[in-house]
Amino acid sequence: REVRLLRRQTKTCLEFSLLEKHPCSRFIIAIGSNAVAFLSSFVMNSGVWEEIGCAKLWNEWCRTADSTLLSPSEAFCVFYQLKAHHSVILCQCSCYVAEDQQYQWLEKVFGSRPRKNMQVTILTCRHVTDYKTSESTCSLPSPFLKALKTENFRDQTCCSLLEQPNIVHDLPAAVLSYCQVWSLSAVLYLCYTDVMKLDLITVDAFKPVLSSRSFKGLVKNIPQSTEILKKLTTTNQIQSNIYT
Amino acid sequence: MFIPCGETFPDLSGFTLLMPAVSVGNVGQLAIDLIISTLDMCKIGYFYTDCLVPIVGNNPYATANENAAELSTNAEVYSLPSKKLVVLQLRSIFIKYKSKSFCEKLLCWVENSGCTRVIVLSSSHSYHRNDKQLCSTPFRYLLTPSMQKTVQNKIKSLNWQEMEKSPCIPEIEDSDLCVRVPGGGITKLLYDESCSKDIQMAVLLKFVSEGDNIPDALGLVEYLNEWLQIIKPHVQGDDPTASTLPWKIPSSWRLLFGSGLPPALF
Repeated sequence: REVRLLRRQTKTCLEFSLLEKHPCSRFIIAIGSNAVAFLSSFVMNSGVWEEIGCAKLWNEWCRTADSTLLSPSEAFCVFYQLKAHHSVILCQCSCYVAEDQQYQWLEKVFGSRPRKNMQVTILTCRHVTDYKTSESTCSLPSPFLKALKTENFRDQTCCSLLEQPNIVHDLPAAVLSYCQVWSLSAVLYLCYTDVMKLDLITVDAFKPVLSSRSFKGLVKNIPQSTEILKKLTTTNQIQSNIYT
Repeated sequence: MFIPCGETFPDLSGFTLLMPAVSVGNVGQLAIDLIISTLDMCKIGYFYTDCLVPIVGNNPYATANENAAELSTNAEVYSLPSKKLVVLQLRSIFIKYKSKSFCEKLLCWVENSGCTRVIVLSSSHSYHRNDKQLCSTPFRYLLTPSMQKTVQNKIKSLNWQEMEKSPCIPEIEDSDLCVRVPGGGITKLLYDESCSKDIQMAVLLKFVSEGDNIPDALGLVEYLNEWLQIIKPHVQGDDPTASTLPWKIPSSWRLLFGSGLPPALF
């Protein structure tokens, strides 16, 4: 259940934590298929992104038992750096990082003492039935966005804050806790949706974050992005339709 | 490890540490929530380890919009220097096989921090009670030998009931007797380790069943209050006997049993 950080091209393990080896001022992480599709379509389509490492792990939720062979579509958490601007690093995490692996993941990516002048942005989804409200969840206008921020995050969030008694679990919580404890500036944008699989409407719900400082200068061509997103979601739909 | 909110480590010498055990009904944790909320305690740091499941949320003790946006994590430390009280709140469960590691890290911090004593608020399954326990008060206490030396007289004056020993192996009649806290999570482990490390520790627990455990939490804090006198009762009107303790329910205790129901259900 070890989390290993390696460079796929050379198949070597990274000796230091990823962000110690590649310091940056902005670290954006997408967790889950919808968040990953959002970053792929709206951010990674502009500029040249170079892969700088990947985090490989196995747990009961993993689809593949093959832990030695990695192909681009099977990679677990992949890290990219903008070639022109080494100060931005993206992480696309489409796998589930189990609770006993989250701390390890943080150590391997952030290291034990992170640099304070880095802003972290986390994008993820949760099912709308997890959202506690005094109304019934049926009446909620899902998908909708909620935010959580650390004490040192001074900017405005693009949506309202997540009210108590709602809480966040899993890797997004682990990353945000780490940032809070070590006084980093970090924000989590959480999309509550009723479709956890890749879905156009859910991905679109992340759009307000494009105007935030975390994404400044990274988004060039929105219409093209929408096209890319449509292609991503259509491919998925065809594959899952077995009755025609 | 303890990570302070500010730049410096606070001086906790002579302080009493209150903490919950994650136990049946989460009574210890609810009780600690009541203490932090009522005393309006200030967050002084985090107890950051790899032992607890990570969770985050906004300020569970928010009283206004201004303080609602403070992020909270799974293990935080609060203090009230005027009463020499420091409180550790645990908000999630242990990761598998990590509870012993947590106890070690915690007790190491307690020894290094200068805290004089630790009080653990816990609970135990009410269905494990024997006949005698069924007929008596549901509250129990346990003291480590070093704690007994300092507070035995006070505890005696309160007429409290010590946690009875029970057979180590329940099915075997002539089994040795030992202290058991079924449903108490790390309570027994903390108690045993504190005995061997000579740490002054008291455990206060209540026999409970799972359900709406708010009344149990209120009961447990009032039990603690008999000893520590954390808050004084408010006398209502002219009748001195009709006094209540003004415990403040935290704002995060809303919707404990889920969201609202769809009207179409009815």
